[in-house]
Amino acid sequence: MLDRSEVLHVARLARLRLTDEEVERMSRELSKVLDHIEKISELDLEGVPPTSHVVDVPGGLRADEPRPCLSREEALASAPAVAEGGFEVPSPGL
Amino acid sequence: MTLLALTAAQAAEQVRAGELAPAELWEAYRERAAADELNAFLWVADEAPASPADDAPLAGVPFAAKDLFCVRGVPSQAASRILEDYRPPYTATVVEQIVAAGAPVLGKTNQDEFAMGSSNENSGFGPVLNPWDRSRVPGGSSGGSAAAVAAGLAPWAIGTDTGGSIRQPAALCGVVGLKPTYGACSRYGMIAFASSLDQAGPLTRDVTDAALLFSAMVGKDHCDSTSVAFPEAVRRPRAEDLRGIRLGVPEELTSEAEGLEPGVRENFEATLRLAEELGAEVEPTRLPHAAHGLSAYYLIAPAEASSNLARYDGVRYGLRVEADGDLVDMYSRTRAAGFGPEVKRRIMLGTYALSAGYYDAYYGRAQRVRTKIAEDFAGAFERFDFVVTPTSPTVAFPLGARTDDPLAMYLADYCTVPMPLAGIPAISIPNGLSEGLPTSFQIAGPAFSENRILDAAYALEQAIGFDGSVPR
Amino acid sequence: MSWEPVIGLEVHVQLSTRTKMFCGCELSFGDPPNVHTCSVCLGLPGSLPVANERAVQYALKIGLALECELAPRSIFHRKNYFYPDLSKGYQISQYDEPLCRGGRLGDVRIHRVHLEEDAAKLVHLGQSGRIHGSDRSVVDFNRGGTPLVEIVTEPDLRTPEDAREWLVLLRNTLRQLAVSDVNMEEGSLRCDANVSVRQAGTAELGTKTELKNMNSFRFVERGIRAEVERQVGLLESGQNVVQETLHFDPQGGTLTPLRSKEEAHDYRYFPEPDLVPVRVTEEMVAAARAELPELPAARAERYLELELSADTARRFAYRPDLGDYFERALAVAAAGDGADVSAQSLANWVAELASQLDDADPAESKVAPEALARLAGLVTGRGVTSAVAQQVLGRLVAEGGDPAAIVEAESLATIGGGGELEETVRAAIEANPDAAERVRAGKAEAIGPIVGYVMRETKGRADGGQVTRMVRERLGV
Repeated sequence: MLDRSEVLHVARLARLRLTDEEVERMSRELSKVLDHIEKISELDLEGVPPTSHVVDVPGGLRADEPRPCLSREEALASAPAVAEGGFEVPSPGL
Repeated sequence: MTLLALTAAQAAEQVRAGELAPAELWEAYRERAAADELNAFLWVADEAPASPADDAPLAGVPFAAKDLFCVRGVPSQAASRILEDYRPPYTATVVEQIVAAGAPVLGKTNQDEFAMGSSNENSGFGPVLNPWDRSRVPGGSSGGSAAAVAAGLAPWAIGTDTGGSIRQPAALCGVVGLKPTYGACSRYGMIAFASSLDQAGPLTRDVTDAALLFSAMVGKDHCDSTSVAFPEAVRRPRAEDLRGIRLGVPEELTSEAEGLEPGVRENFEATLRLAEELGAEVEPTRLPHAAHGLSAYYLIAPAEASSNLARYDGVRYGLRVEADGDLVDMYSRTRAAGFGPEVKRRIMLGTYALSAGYYDAYYGRAQRVRTKIAEDFAGAFERFDFVVTPTSPTVAFPLGARTDDPLAMYLADYCTVPMPLAGIPAISIPNGLSEGLPTSFQIAGPAFSENRILDAAYALEQAIGFDGSVPR
Repeated sequence: MSWEPVIGLEVHVQLSTRTKMFCGCELSFGDPPNVHTCSVCLGLPGSLPVANERAVQYALKIGLALECELAPRSIFHRKNYFYPDLSKGYQISQYDEPLCRGGRLGDVRIHRVHLEEDAAKLVHLGQSGRIHGSDRSVVDFNRGGTPLVEIVTEPDLRTPEDAREWLVLLRNTLRQLAVSDVNMEEGSLRCDANVSVRQAGTAELGTKTELKNMNSFRFVERGIRAEVERQVGLLESGQNVVQETLHFDPQGGTLTPLRSKEEAHDYRYFPEPDLVPVRVTEEMVAAARAELPELPAARAERYLELELSADTARRFAYRPDLGDYFERALAVAAAGDGADVSAQSLANWVAELASQLDDADPAESKVAPEALARLAGLVTGRGVTSAVAQQVLGRLVAEGGDPAAIVEAESLATIGGGGELEETVRAAIEANPDAAERVRAGKAEAIGPIVGYVMRETKGRADGGQVTRMVRERLGV
């Protein structure tokens, strides 16, 4: 169902570094789960609208009024690396 | 030990009557929580709280919060190593509301990592032990909260339910667990698993406690656009019988259910007979798409999770693992090191279900199944007040029994996933023992029918007379 | 063989709301890093977005101004990808159910208009910031979560100049709506272009490329022109255009392909479960409509009634900055001593001003509308000649001031029919005896050198018609 190359592709999309052993296990386990899930392909869902929100209430908007911000110290408090008042990261390149 | 024998509501009444000092209550529970042998707690408060206001509804009776509720300055890690010792700068709305109603935070409870699991074995900080039998799982993902309440380490607790994460551990630990209507309680400050399913709710010793704690949790929150004002006051349940109540027993989730243990089935049938004795009409019904609930759930929840967990990237908080200064490599190493196997599995499954070429077959289809499941329930509620099922097809299983078989583990949610898919409320109450371990009865009703569910659950609870006092 | 460029634009507009798209942090520009952040825009665990009502209102105004169809219900999606300037690992945007669809501005059809959130700012640390020999950057989340409206056109533009001109029209329309600062240099207006070429006369579209980072109107034109030339070069040498994203370097005017990653376009869009669908009520639409200024079509109609030429009416309607300026000058002229200036001649002077300003907004120049009205009045009343008025306008553009005072101080007033002009005319005839002879002999067009002499001597202050009359009189023809 989900072969090694697909597992590697998905892992790259998800930014997960997997060991060879994990790739192997992932392929096996996810295939089994997908086999079970596959049952829904038997259902006739023609014309059935999708449900993305079980609550569909109006009034989900916020007035354009400022609320207090965090101080920079609070914002950066949990950052793994900080430089020049910001969150330091390896450069992504172009 | 009489103090520990009190339910939370009884303790609150004694505090208000001046018969019990909140500080005494706090100290008794703090000591027990700090001496926890079940690995139920990941953090226990050491500072005594301020005295509650005289009219505080929760009267200083402390509560335990599942680790994924953000509490300002307190470790809030969703039991994940990727958030080890993360202390947020803000507090979740439901926690703020409960504290404002007079209940201080006793501690943070262990859970499956990011609420992904049905046994609590997926915690980044070790499994929780079931107080009824320490060789068994407490259920999950709110296993720490369920075990803490069952073992008398906390008067009551809050957890979250996505596919059964309140009801199933409540069932396996012999306590009461309520999953409210989606939107009844704010999700703001709850570390997300699957946003369209997650709901906070109480885990308590009895139905009265559940109603009392729930009453402090509901409300429209302007920080959560999916929250809704609860349409009525949450009442203390008082029903003594079930006259005029019609219970629908869905065959798909009972007689036809995969892996339903005989002991669970026996107790379920006994409870149905009891319900009839209390005046209820009990009839079979059908939820034709309920059997597909698990499939839909295991597409929708991982898909949303794969996106919700993208923020754990080693940039703003949490773990960072870097080797060669490459950004993509930093992301991939950080996430590989920080997430446990089940979380990785679900991120993979969810990423796959959303990826190009598969969306329609998987996620899109699952959302249509979701529509059908909601329609099934709506149809059933035209004839019945409630739909009832066992909460868990099995009693608590031994630690390690299912860790090598993810699919078998997922089947533990068989009876609990359809309700969150439809956004409707459901309660789990203990209804007896099988092989010395608790079994449970689930009552599901239409959206915002919590008061009626609590009433029915209360009437049954009185009739069942479950003795929840595990060897403490 | 002739090639036809096919150009569509994707324009991002930062809205000038008080707070961000999904949280209550105030918008800022130029503040120290990370002082306008909160749990939501930092993507802290457990935080949830809530959409800004005014941002929706502004997007509706834009949709109405661009004659779009407004969706009564639209939803947000998550666009998933990892990048350090993205705090949640996804951008909240709109996908297949946008707020507005269809529409038109000028000759260009609008495909869609939708709301989304801006990314944070990523600052490269350079050599000083290198760690373990690797390049480092720093993320500043002040900008992260700023409301953005994305406007996508149909591929209706055909030349780089048209693209630039249309973008100016869009900028001016948005400015008139007061929904954005629309400043390309500061990034509150950003434009990407989809460019392809095809053989003229064919209908099929060629392979398109996407151009990014053209952060001025000039660069938009230059970038597109460079890309069109590149594509034509490829096709003429028998090569193919590859679908890719190109980064425009304004310094060298070059286009560099952005490194393509194999999964670059798998954004795994799905409906954002944290946000309920946006319901656009009739009240919201009515409120947005009530805030709309006069739109270009209505304005052009009004200018035609003032007897402006069709071209001028259209131009001033589509360039509301020119239209506004024209109307201010017209009001002054009507109230003051320039009462006999026609609307069209005043409009011509506004157009002349715009041309001297290289198409910048005249309201931001040193030339007050009062001054321009007075200048036009001087010309109409024959107080100065057109040639002199051009010079005076140049002075006004450079220094501002009152045209009458400049004319006075520089003695630029038109030289009347008095002795001074008589004397110059006499000298001119004397200096051009051959020409004089030919005029006398009936060759009227031979008068040119004589009149030219007078104009030179008077530095253009003489009225050409009057000089011609005087020369002919003196030569007895």
